[in-house]
Parts: sequence; structure tokens; C-alpha cells
Amino acid sequence: MTPPKTATAKKVDIATARAPRAGSEELISGSEAVAHAVRLADVDVITAYPIRPYDTVMQYVSQLIANGEFDCEYIVAESEHSQFEIVKHASAVGARVFCGSSGVGWLYAFEALAVTAGLRLPMVAMVGNRALDDPGAFGVEHNDALAVRDLGWMLAWVATAQEALDTALIAYRVAEDKRVFLPCAISCDGAFLTHSQSIVNVPTQDMVNSFLPPYDRAEKQLHPDNPITIAPQANEDWVMEIRRQSDMAARRARDVIIEAYDDFNAQFGRGGEPFIERYMMEDAEVALVGMGTLAMPVKVAVRKMRERGKKVGFVRVRWFRPFPTIELQDALSGVQAVGVIDRDYSFGASFFGGVLANELRCALYPMANRPAIVSFIAGLGGREVSTDNVIDITSKVLDAANGGDIDDQDTHWIGVRE
Amino acid sequence: MQETTIALSDFISTQVLEPWKGIKKVAREEYFTSGHRTCQGCESALVMKLMAKAAGPRSIILGATGCMYVANTTYYSTPWVVPWMHTQLGSAGSAATGTVAALRAMMRKGKMEEEPINVISFCGDGGGADMGLSAISAALQHTHYNLLIFMYDNESYANTDIQVSGSSPYGANSTFSPPGKVHRIMHRRWKKNTAAMLAAGHPDCKYVATVTAGNAIDTMNKVRRALTIGGPTFIHSLDPCPKGWDYDPKYSHELGELATETGIWPLYEVEEGKVKMYGKSKHIASGAFKRKPVREYLLRQGRFAHFVEEDIDYFQAKVDEMWEKWLVPGVIPFAQA
Ligand SMILES: Cc1ncc(C[n+]2csc(CCOP(=O)(O)OP(=O)(O)O)c2C)c(N)n1
Ligand code: SF4
Ligand SMILES: [Mg+2]
Repeated sequence: MTPPKTATAKKVDIATARAPRAGSEELISGSEAVAHAVRLADVDVITAYPIRPYDTVMQYVSQLIANGEFDCEYIVAESEHSQFEIVKHASAVGARVFCGSSGVGWLYAFEALAVTAGLRLPMVAMVGNRALDDPGAFGVEHNDALAVRDLGWMLAWVATAQEALDTALIAYRVAEDKRVFLPCAISCDGAFLTHSQSIVNVPTQDMVNSFLPPYDRAEKQLHPDNPITIAPQANEDWVMEIRRQSDMAARRARDVIIEAYDDFNAQFGRGGEPFIERYMMEDAEVALVGMGTLAMPVKVAVRKMRERGKKVGFVRVRWFRPFPTIELQDALSGVQAVGVIDRDYSFGASFFGGVLANELRCALYPMANRPAIVSFIAGLGGREVSTDNVIDITSKVLDAANGGDIDDQDTHWIGVRE
Repeated sequence: MQETTIALSDFISTQVLEPWKGIKKVAREEYFTSGHRTCQGCESALVMKLMAKAAGPRSIILGATGCMYVANTTYYSTPWVVPWMHTQLGSAGSAATGTVAALRAMMRKGKMEEEPINVISFCGDGGGADMGLSAISAALQHTHYNLLIFMYDNESYANTDIQVSGSSPYGANSTFSPPGKVHRIMHRRWKKNTAAMLAAGHPDCKYVATVTAGNAIDTMNKVRRALTIGGPTFIHSLDPCPKGWDYDPKYSHELGELATETGIWPLYEVEEGKVKMYGKSKHIASGAFKRKPVREYLLRQGRFAHFVEEDIDYFQAKVDEMWEKWLVPGVIPFAQA
């Protein structure tokens, strides 16, 4: 028996769907904001697989599709490995794709994540950052997304729902730029961002269309009119040259990101500085560095410290790949000490530090007057990082700046029961 | 070619590929040509050639890791005339699904010219019957996606130097199951009944078939049928592999035929829920052809050289069971309790 038709033949006119006509203000969560970006980007193929907390984005996406407000091929896969492989292949045919995961789900797809970058496919994914099992925890840790940091994935961390929406649009533009052709993951802290609502300006379709050109796979499109062979066995004869091409693409991504932010700022009147956000850094003597929603308690603490006359600032790393080496050197050149707060771990690493701390140490090493770096680990498994925690951290960094006896050869765990 | 256009909204039309009636009617064009580096007598490489020929030029072929990738598709010497893309070992089902999804979405939204394009995704037995089984199962559930999963079964993880898979025959000697002083039989699992499992488990899948390259026209026509009928389809091919099975390469076809004549490899198709045996299997099922003893097949291959009478008897008894006790002989097990 022929199953009943499940879709109407009518093409959904995206511009006239429920989407607000002019940039409208909506009270939505980070996940819903990303779903709006995906709709506005007119994504062609989306795959879902349930895992908290990222899965909320797919709940919104599927609702948009069910209501006829968004037209795409939407597939609930049978595993994350398949979820990412499906969109990987769709991207090779020239479709704009969206996908996402969290924690162990992201790692279940690891093989697909590696080849997506190797194949230079501009997949955009949302990671709802979550602690890796075991032990089970739904809360945020950044180790999931960071696991792909060496593979060619561009990695952005966002702090607000607005930034999530905006960064998703920027991600498509950068990833699909022929000079780049690399996948991009947008990390949204589990619960603190995926599930928390705030006022978001949702742009109109016209605004997005003028910012984001269609994806054109051009001579790399897999189609009978273009009978190419993709990803043959290359071995030592060619692999090194191919890796070098990925390296060059990752280098070129820097300029493409800067261009995209310039345009975004001009067209949307927001977007900020690419790569990093500087908060009260103009005259800062010590700085805190971190990623994601940590920004909230950190900014409050910075203001409190300022009230006490301490010249403290904050640099939020918005893009981890490509790593903003130049921007961080610039932002931190005037400070005496830096406190890096990692919401991740890298057991057995140099100084037992987190991933961000050691990456930053590396970036600042060539500076003539490099600041002292004190590294902290906080907020693992979704534990709240309180303003008091940050004040505690800041005091330690001030201590380092003033030549105190704080050990900057070790990493300090904050808010942990010893 | 007949025009069959159904609105793209839900079902995309397929190409209508009529069966080729005899060798003289077969298209001359090849879409899998020189450039590959498989072993002499490699039946799987022949299967690739037949599959591509049957599908024709308006096709996209995806291939999972395995001999048909590593030995077959070398940078700068690709044998593929049609567009071809590698997929991961367990991803044949996902590769097909993603490719079709992209074509559908882009055609529907006017981002690509509307046209029925064949999508075939192949994998070996390791990639298909073991690692990629769940993705293939999922692909076969997308009844509005026109795709063919083609599993070439050389009965081992051949490319990694011949290791047993869930599709290897009982007792086979492999680099992971060598006969030793204490354990003669290291591989004790009976071969998975993959084609029938998928047919039975996915009743909405309109076409599942088993083939051997020795029956070249049948193989090609089954590919053409699978691509024409629409929806997700599956073909399982048994491919003698001189390296893994350990025999002189000139006997590849003969071993394929023996596999059928002994009843070990039944040739059948399941179209819209109806099982049809064909070739020698049809005559075995009807009683017109008496199954040859399995020893005639086993003793021709080095991978069974360590077998003693007891092993051959066990093998024979299991094959007898398939034909004498199964609900659908040679295809579906279970008997009425
Ligand atoms: C995820 C993963 N695990 C292991 C391998 C190593 N590997 C490469 S080819 C291959 C054999 C695959 O066997 P099969 O699918 O039967 O194809 P064949 O080599 O027999 O043609 C394996 C295990 C791989 N490529 N990917
Ligand atoms: S090992 Fe077997 S399947 Fe692989 S190329 Fe050789 S004959 Fe073909
Ligand atoms: Mg095999």
C-alpha cells in the first residue's frame, strides 16, 4: 500500500512564514535562536539524534518544519555517527546542512567529524556542551567540542542567545566561503545557554539573504554532470599535500571571519569584534580569560572588583579555532597577570592546566613582556561558577601580579570539595 | 526511456531501466574501467563493473572503506566514470541517505535541475553486515528515498588482510581465526542471513535480492530492477575472493556457482514481499536439481583446509536445515512450533 503523502506539494514560502517580517524582538532560548538561524539560512538537509542538551534545537527545528514554516529534508538518524555522515554526504552534493550533538553523542560521531573536516565540507553544527560520561552529567563542560580542535573544525563559543543566532549565520558564510570550505561548530553551554531565554533580535529573511550568499560547491559538487571522484585512497604519495591545503584553509579562515564580522556589523548593527570580546580591558592591570556563558558571573565579578578599585578586565574567547593568537597578544599585552578559567580538563597536561590555559600560554610565549598566567578549572559538569568563585580567582591573579606566592606552575581547581 | 514524473514533494521518480534480455542487449558503455588494483580474479571488482554498467551514466556511486575502496580507487587513477565518493566503513546506509536527501531538497527548492538520479552505495560484508548494519537498516526505512545499498560479500574483512566478519562461513581460517594446536575451529559463528534479515525486518522495502557475478546478466538486471522500483533497496552479492578464500584465481566464477549448487548461497529476490528463487536455486527449491554436497565447495578452498569430517558434516547439516526445515527454504528460518 502506498503510504499517505506526508508533505504538501506546495513550496513553503519561507519569507512569509511565521518568521517576523522586520527584525523582531523575541524571548527565546539559545537553542531556539539557533533554530531561527537555520530556518533563515534556508538549510536543505538536517539530521537529528536525541541527546541533552543540544536536542532542544532539533525540537524547535522539527516544529518549524511540521508547521510548514521551513522546508528541508529532516531526518531523525539512528545514531550520531549516521547523523553526521548523512549531512556530510548531503553537503558534498551541494546542500546546505545543519546538525548537532552534545557530550558523548558528539564523540560517537567522531569518525564522521574527522572526515567532514578532511573532505573540506562546510557543515555547520551546534554543540550543546555537556560533560562526557562517565559519570553521567547533563551539565556543561567544553571537552566535547574541544575534542575536534586539531582536525580542521572551526570552533566558536557563544555567550548569549543573540550571539548564538548571529554566529550561526556568520558560520555558514565563513564555512561555505571557497577560501575556507571547513566545517564550523558553534558551542552553546548546556542549560546556561541552550535552555535559558533572553530577548533576541530575530532578523528578517531579506536581511539574512543579503548577508549570506547561497552555498555553491562548484567544481567540487558530486553530480552526474560533474563526475568527479571524491576522497580516493591517497596514501603517502599525496596525503601531506592535502593536509597542507587544509592548513592553508584554516589560515585563510582568519581573514574570512574578519570580513564576515565587518559585513555583519554593518548590516545588522551588532556582532562585535571577531574572535574575542574585551570587557573593561582599556586600563586593566590583570585580566581573566574564559569562554561561553562564564562571561556572566565574570563580568559581575569584574565590576565588583572595579568598585573595590582593582583594575580587572575580562577577555572572552569567541573563536577557539582559528585561535585568536594576535588578538589575545594584543588584548593582554598591557596586563601583569592573566587568570584563565577553563570549563574543561586535560589530565596530565603541562602544569595540569586546561585546554584554553595551555593554548593561551603558547600564544603569549613569544611576547617580550608576557604576563604571568595562572590557570583555573571551574564549573565542571555544569556546576555553577558563582561571582564569589570569580572574586576568589581574581584575588589569586592579583596576588600573582603583585609578586605574591600564588603558584603559577600549578592549576587551581575552584569550587571543588577537597 | 519512459517518462515517469511524480511531484517531487513526496516521491521522486526513478529512471526506468528495463531488464536486458540477453548478452547482446547489454549496453556497451562501461562506468567502472581501468585504474583499479585489485587481485587477479577478484570477483568483487567484476561486481563493481556490472553494477555501474547496469546503473548507467546518470548515477552517483558511494563506496565504503574496504577492498573496493582501498584497492579500487587510488588518487589519480580512479576507475569510476560516474561521480563517486568514499564513505566510512559503517556508513553505506548514511551515505546513500544523505546523498538522496540533498538531491531531493535541492530539486524541490529549485536549487538543482529536477531529474531522477540513481544513488547506489556499496559496502563489503564487514562494512555492511557488521559495522554498518544499523545505518543500512535506517536507510531501508526511508521509503520515499530512492537508493540502492549494494553489499559485496567476500566473506571477510579482506582489505585488512582477511579477518573473519559476521558474514564469514563457519570455521573459516583467517588471520584472526587461524586453526591451532588446541583449537581447530576459531570462528564458530554461522554466517549472518543478511539479505533475508533486511527483507523480513523492513517490510516496506520493495526490493531485496541476492546475486553472484557468475550470473552477470541476472546481476545487472537485479540492479536495474532495484533502481527502477523506487524506494530504498538492497542487493547482497557473494563474491569469491582468491586471496581470502585461498584458491587459484581462475576458479572465481566456478566457486560462486558451487556456492549456489550446494545450497549454501541461495539466489532469490524479494519484490514487494514476494520471494522468488531464480537460477539453480529455483531448481533446488522445486526439487528439479539435487543440491551438491558442501564438501565439493569446501574442499576447493584453502580456508577450509583444516576441516575434518566432523566439520564438514556439521556444515552439511546446517545447510540441509536451511532447505528442509526453514519456513521459506533457503531464505527465512523458523519452523512452526
Ligand atoms: C572505523 C574503521 N575501522 C576499521 C577500519 C579498517 N578497515 C579498513 S578496510 C577494512 C575491511 C572492511 O571489510 P569489508 O567491509 O568486508 O570489505 P573488504 O575489505 O572485505 O572488501 C577495515 C576493517 C576502518 N577503515 N574504519
Ligand atoms: S583480497 Fe579479495 S576482495 Fe580484496 S582485492 Fe583481493 S580478491 Fe578482491
Ligand atoms: Mg569483506
